[in-house]
Amino acid sequence: MILGSINPAVLLAALMVAATPILLAAIGELVVEKSGVLNLGVEGMMIIGAVTGFVIAVNTSSALVGFIGAALGGMVLSLLFALLTQVLMTNHVASGLALTLFGLGLSALIGQGYVGVTPPRTPKLDLGWLSEIPFLGRALFSHDIMVYLTIALVAGVWLFLSHTRAGMILRAVGENHDAAHALGYHVKRVRTLAIMFGGACAGLGGAYLSLIRVPQWTEGMTVGAGWIALALVVFASWRPWRAMAGAYLFGGVVVLQLNLQAAGVRIPVEYLSMSPYLITIMVLAIISSGKARGSLNAPGSLNRPFHASN
Amino acid sequence: MTAPLLQIEGVSKAYPGVQANADISFQIGEGQLHALLGENGAGKSTLVKIIYGLVKPDTGRMVLRSEAFAPASPSEARRAGVAMVFQHFSLFDALDVAENVALGMENPPPLRDLAQRIRTVSEEYGLPLDPNRRVGDLSAGERQRVEIVRCLLQDPKLLIMDEPTSVLTPQEVEILFKTLRKLAQEGTSILYISHKLDEIRALCDEATILRGGRKIATCDPREKTARELAELMVGQVLHPPERDARARGDVVLQVDELSLNSNHPFGTSLKGINLKLHAGEILGIAGVAGNGQDELLLMLSGELRAPKRAVTLKGQPIGHLGPGSRRKLGLVAAPEERLGHAAAPDMSLTENALLSGASRKRLTRNGFIDWRGADRFAREIIARFDVRTPGTQVLARALSGGNLQKFVIGREIEMNPDVIIVNQPTWGVDAAAAATIRQALVALAAQGAGVLVISQDLDELLEIADSFAALNEGRLTRVRSAKGLTVEEIGLMMGGAGDMHVAHEASA
Repeated sequence: MILGSINPAVLLAALMVAATPILLAAIGELVVEKSGVLNLGVEGMMIIGAVTGFVIAVNTSSALVGFIGAALGGMVLSLLFALLTQVLMTNHVASGLALTLFGLGLSALIGQGYVGVTPPRTPKLDLGWLSEIPFLGRALFSHDIMVYLTIALVAGVWLFLSHTRAGMILRAVGENHDAAHALGYHVKRVRTLAIMFGGACAGLGGAYLSLIRVPQWTEGMTVGAGWIALALVVFASWRPWRAMAGAYLFGGVVVLQLNLQAAGVRIPVEYLSMSPYLITIMVLAIISSGKARGSLNAPGSLNRPFHASN
Repeated sequence: MTAPLLQIEGVSKAYPGVQANADISFQIGEGQLHALLGENGAGKSTLVKIIYGLVKPDTGRMVLRSEAFAPASPSEARRAGVAMVFQHFSLFDALDVAENVALGMENPPPLRDLAQRIRTVSEEYGLPLDPNRRVGDLSAGERQRVEIVRCLLQDPKLLIMDEPTSVLTPQEVEILFKTLRKLAQEGTSILYISHKLDEIRALCDEATILRGGRKIATCDPREKTARELAELMVGQVLHPPERDARARGDVVLQVDELSLNSNHPFGTSLKGINLKLHAGEILGIAGVAGNGQDELLLMLSGELRAPKRAVTLKGQPIGHLGPGSRRKLGLVAAPEERLGHAAAPDMSLTENALLSGASRKRLTRNGFIDWRGADRFAREIIARFDVRTPGTQVLARALSGGNLQKFVIGREIEMNPDVIIVNQPTWGVDAAAAATIRQALVALAAQGAGVLVISQDLDELLEIADSFAALNEGRLTRVRSAKGLTVEEIGLMMGGAGDMHVAHEASA
């Protein structure tokens, strides 16, 4: 029995680890898109985060400092995007694509001397008796702190967007920037802050890959995680909890197919490798289908250029 | 006389190439209903934006309750007691009423208390509103209530209303006027911007008239006739379109029991539309914005496909055909949105003429463009419809609203169609251009074409239409002769009451 060799507790634990980088990037991009900006540079910001986090962690021997550096690195790159789109009024799509290409190139340059280096370990969070619980302890309560911080971040974003005035202003700017401007809100300022938050989240997601998940630096190591994060946001209809469910689903399929490969199931490896992408997108597409539901929640001013009229 | 609430002294504002406001001075008294009158482009919007802190004047000053008033932002203006209801509503479709109200306030209370206050205030002023509804689902009249209630919750000293009635039925206008009069009695001053003269004469105590960025006069509108006001506003004598009685020909366009879903999530679906348009007839279709006008135009122009036999042109089924094929067969259309729908903003007038005229005017040969012919066609339109432009190479977006509207409607008329569909043909167009456009539509009908005019301007419809119907939530009322129709009856038709149900029973 092939499937018998897969331990569900380990699978669940691995799933949470696999989902965390994508979830981090997706929750950041969700806020960016809610403010009406489409930043296709997620992949570039992730890989910059991965490399800066790695370099800083290795040099300071502290994973925590590395994560902070990664957030700053992603944010600096996102500021470039903010400068292009909010000040110089360039096209969002073209700028985002350029940002991804630039990030991939720059990260390769920065990371040149670090291939094959082992980063400092991120300590597991000690949850005491919780991690002693059979099954659940192994699956849910023996992770590093970033896994829990990410879940807290999802909750925080949800709370911010639906229950605070600042979140309401952000949604208003994304929904109708002309009306928001007419009411005296600073459209560009709100958007720049959102873009910076998105950059920091993508940077953290990248660093999670290079410091915990892999943990090593290799060129182009994000391999499309940023794009999956972008797709998650759309298919999750811009809802934080649904984005988390999507990320966990994706993580689950990734881990499962890896296990199946290891167990030697007779399905060509190529099919198994593409399955997480296919299944995630199919499931989320079905959830968000029904023209009205999915598209109603899209921010009304998403990816429309804003020109103040005075 | 007591001190005025707001005094405006010598305010000027220039944009590159345009003097939007030139040395404007007037004052608004406490509790006064003050009208600001002028055509599109007269400088009303700029002046109001200056008062509301969205635009900084180049020179001049304002005094509010004997204190210098120079708001740098709308929130500063709101703190000083100035509130504004926008012409194009500043609302957020995806948010609910309470959230929309909170966004327009300086220090909103928690949403739960706010919902209670919205209920109280809206009932007090006869504008019932449910704070938990999503704004995208509200009618235009209800949306305006949201804006008004948002302003009222801040106890404004001056309430600015920018063209508030353009989206309302006559009955809703009455309710609005009652609210405004009540507010004025309570001491709130109101600056009421409009170009509808009868409304201003019915409502306002004083009127300031702008033309070309300058103040022309301040007067008591009740002492002037509508005609006198119009001539002050336009600066010339106006002629209503001339029309002769004409015989109705055969049915050229027919729609049978057609229901069609909108292509937009907040759009209105068409429900059981029946209509017949005869040769030589002008059929006017009234209705408050958002009741299916756009969908009706899209369905008739061919942008939204219908079942094959539901739409017939001169007896030939065309429901399944797209706009290009319908145009070839003799049905042309001019949608409401001039820039981006009727015309491509960044293309020249010649190119825009070519885009819709190619087939009927034979401007392409074997896939190659006949540029000389296209340019000649554009010149013909410009000459015949008095489009003011330096030449045919000018981009569509560079033309003023009125001139571009003359161009896009003229373009369709020049194609000698059998049927023309127009939506809001004179929206945002100055009075002289509007008269030209209406005259051209009347002339086209006199040549034997069927003309279908969708409009929210009742005066316009009463002026040119032979027969009349109204759209309400995607349903079309029975077509009636325009002769002898009163504004009241039309209002009932627009509101969905009137004889619609009777007509349904009769057809069943």
